[in-house]
Amino acid sequence: MVHLSAEEKAAVSSLQGKVKVDVVGGETLGRLLVVYPWTQRFFDSFGDLSSPDAIMSNGKVKAHGKKVVNSLINGLKNLDNLKGAFAKLSELHCDKLHVDPENFKLLGNVMVCVLARHFGKEFTPQVQAVFQKVLAGVANALAHKYH
Amino acid sequence: MVLSPADKTNVKSTWGKIGGHAGEYGGEALESRTFASFPTTKTYFPHFDLSHGSAQVKAHGKKVADALTNAVAHMDDLPGALSALSDLHAYKLRVDPVNFKLLSHCLLVTLACHHPAEFTPAVHASLDKFFSAVSTVLTSKYR
Repeated sequence: MVHLSAEEKAAVSSLQGKVKVDVVGGETLGRLLVVYPWTQRFFDSFGDLSSPDAIMSNGKVKAHGKKVVNSLINGLKNLDNLKGAFAKLSELHCDKLHVDPENFKLLGNVMVCVLARHFGKEFTPQVQAVFQKVLAGVANALAHKYH
Repeated sequence: MVLSPADKTNVKSTWGKIGGHAGEYGGEALESRTFASFPTTKTYFPHFDLSHGSAQVKAHGKKVADALTNAVAHMDDLPGALSALSDLHAYKLRVDPVNFKLLSHCLLVTLACHHPAEFTPAVHASLDKFFSAVSTVLTSKYR
């Protein structure tokens, strides 16, 4: 469960409405694959990941990035029960996808960088702090069903 | 992890564009962002006034930024350039290694906010590697 004050919730809502999911999603996943190239291990079927340009323009990366960020944004609607909301996805990431939960933290931090880039000064330290809290909660929820 | 020639070029070029703002960004990354997002980092500054706008924190942010500027100028010999700071962190400050990642992340966020166009994926990667290399040197004498 992530506890946000009314102010913190307002900060999240205000930015959430302005997030262009397809742009932020593609850029977030793309940057994860560029900055932490070992994360490419999960995406053998995605085709050309040979350079930053290839990665950032890869259609599969953009589509998957959008899917992931959509899911994260949906998580924002379930702050009272993140573990419940992400239970099925947690099982999937453990049992089928075999993703080390460390990667959820990496992705979360890359997303923070992308939001900072898009929102500039509007992405104040206070807004960042709220997103860090929420994304940490989501990462924990995604790791919760691991065994 | 080794800094490639391209990484060094990216870091030098970006740091050059920051110009005189390095101190200000150091303060923002340290005070506003690291302390706000990761409150455990404040435990290393019990002797500081940590209120918003604190002169002590601003000065410290500038100190960190100046050290990074020096590191940028000596990327071919980070252990040499950062030797004294490495001793300081190992024997006196003993900041837990996890905190270097937190500050590095907030430095990236600060740069992304202020220089969105420069902060390309390739530059993002190079900067992350650079901060990681600096952190490794600063914790190299811990044990």
